[in-house]
Amino acid sequence: MSAIDQLFQQRRAAGRKAFLPFLTAGDPDLEFTQAVVRELAQRGCDICELGIPYSDPIADGPVIQASYTRALEHHVQLDDILRHIQAITPTLAMPLVTMVTYSIIYRQGLDDYVSRAKAAGIAGAIVPDLPVEEAAPLATICRREDFSLIQLVTPTTPTERALRIADSSTGFLYYVTVTGITGERAALPPAIVDDVAKLRESTHLPICVGFGISRPEQVRLLAPVADGLIVGSAIVRRIAAAADRPRAEVLQDVGSYVSELIAALRAAE
Amino acid sequence: MCERTKVSEAGGVQMPDQRGRFGDYGGRYVPETLTRALEELAREYDQARADQAFQSELQLLLRDYVGRPSPLYHARRLSAQCGGAQIWLKREDLNHTGSHKINNTLGQTLLALRMGKTRVIAETGAGQHGVATATACARFGLPCVVYMGAEDIRRQAPNVFSMRLLGAEVRPVNSGSRTLRDAVNEAMRDWMASVENTHYILGSVVGPHPFPRIVRDFQSVIGRETMRQCREQLGRLPDLVVACVGGGSNAAGMFHPFVAETDVPLVGVEAGGRSAGTGDHAAPLNYGCPGILHGSLSYVMQDADGQTSDVHSVSAGLDYPGVGPEHSYWKDTGRVTYSVCRDDEALAAFDALAHCEGILAALESSHAVSQAMRLAATRPADQAIVVCLSGRGDKDAAEIARLREGRTHT
Repeated sequence: MSAIDQLFQQRRAAGRKAFLPFLTAGDPDLEFTQAVVRELAQRGCDICELGIPYSDPIADGPVIQASYTRALEHHVQLDDILRHIQAITPTLAMPLVTMVTYSIIYRQGLDDYVSRAKAAGIAGAIVPDLPVEEAAPLATICRREDFSLIQLVTPTTPTERALRIADSSTGFLYYVTVTGITGERAALPPAIVDDVAKLRESTHLPICVGFGISRPEQVRLLAPVADGLIVGSAIVRRIAAAADRPRAEVLQDVGSYVSELIAALRAAE
Repeated sequence: MCERTKVSEAGGVQMPDQRGRFGDYGGRYVPETLTRALEELAREYDQARADQAFQSELQLLLRDYVGRPSPLYHARRLSAQCGGAQIWLKREDLNHTGSHKINNTLGQTLLALRMGKTRVIAETGAGQHGVATATACARFGLPCVVYMGAEDIRRQAPNVFSMRLLGAEVRPVNSGSRTLRDAVNEAMRDWMASVENTHYILGSVVGPHPFPRIVRDFQSVIGRETMRQCREQLGRLPDLVVACVGGGSNAAGMFHPFVAETDVPLVGVEAGGRSAGTGDHAAPLNYGCPGILHGSLSYVMQDADGQTSDVHSVSAGLDYPGVGPEHSYWKDTGRVTYSVCRDDEALAAFDALAHCEGILAALESSHAVSQAMRLAATRPADQAIVVCLSGRGDKDAAEIARLREGRTHT
């Protein structure tokens, strides 16, 4: 049972929902990434999603793309990222998963990537460009290594396929709210609440919902039907301010923002 | 270079298989959002292939609208200058819109209409695919958005103008290297949000399954015509076939019908750029390793982490870090040999063809001409080399003038 499985078992038993922030590793540098991750844990976040910068991310909107570009311009490399994660995970109460393209995993070698990530204290991976038909080689290794392979379901996924995806996923299922790329949205598709609720009835796997979420009212809307909510671009946008603001201020800003969303989540439990 | 074990050719097996694999290569590495549209496209294409009405409509368009068959032309003065084998040019430059790209965009536009799509998007490098897509969309009354890197917009201005005249919207892409690779990224992002009503007309034999197969099949008219014309005009098949390879669509279309004719050697020519150093060329089959880019597994220029490397070519259409998966398969099986041609060599071939034959070739195609000239010089006069002249060079005139200007000033 991975750290992710344990977490959701506890949360479900307690009737609690999880809050999952996303940030980009190495934006603007890995020391600041460490500081933000610690801050997120102190604020009561449940699982942290760390984006591994990639040169050609096709599922990401302008905010996360720009953060990947900033990190890569500073020549952040996978080895450095894993070393900096390894330095904080032993004292971190919050499990970490990476959002990482299959291009990077394939290049490292599947076994190699999983064993290095595990050694750094990472609990799983979300691989946004690995559909279920191509996932078997990595899924086999992840099951053997008790490393969560979190797969995605979208509004374009037919129900039968969604169940097949749920069967091959571990940790949780990532439900994408919109047909589109990452980024904050003023309004979410009205069908999303029913769609998530319906899928949740047909799988034991916890379901976390992401893409487009940034506001307390969206958190209140989705919390009743999901096991957890994922917020990315709104956090990355605040971190981007670190380029020309004192870092302590940015840290405070990110911290109070997630506290506000967590409060909305608690109110909806 | 990376170590690869030689794989043997799977004789008689249909390529690609059901999962879009050419041997190990290909596949479908895309966000879940796109998988339903790709499955629908694969299904629809299978039906269209077997549909006589679809095939007849496409044939008629290729004949009366594109002007096919394109001629196979004996370049006598160029051959004489090389002093060896005879060079024959497959004149895709004479097609409507000036390149082979129209073969694919008409086919895919018919598919889009079959699927009930009401909008088309495309990426373009040199602008040839953009113009061919804009043309097909104008012909069938579909709105069209073309993504093009800002650097390519600068160096291929005439094509940008043409696309706009044809009613397409050209959206500049300012991310990354601001070339073809970034244009593909941006088109994919558009498709992520518009997939319900939009068809993405990919312009090369790259991307997720079923694109490499569909584009190859629509381009295979090049090779089929060439075989027939060789039998008519030469009385036999050629001794060698040469085509340039960026993503590799004209080469795939030329080579595919010849693959089973194992006596005919096939040569692909990648962009050698300024040198063999990383960042100086766009030749993944020569200098890259297998990896994943834009939805399929194929040779690619990547660093040790898996980040896509910057590439360079004087020719915008070849300035791409990846290559179609079937080319990777042909490379590993040894069926096709892939060489490189540098920027300066391509420019020299451009001049030679202009002066000897009165043909301005696209800079992309000039890479293939250069390699054919080099090989012709080493072979006897009774041999025949066919070169795919994939496009015409009007679009490059201003950029070539700018490069010459730069040279006289430095």
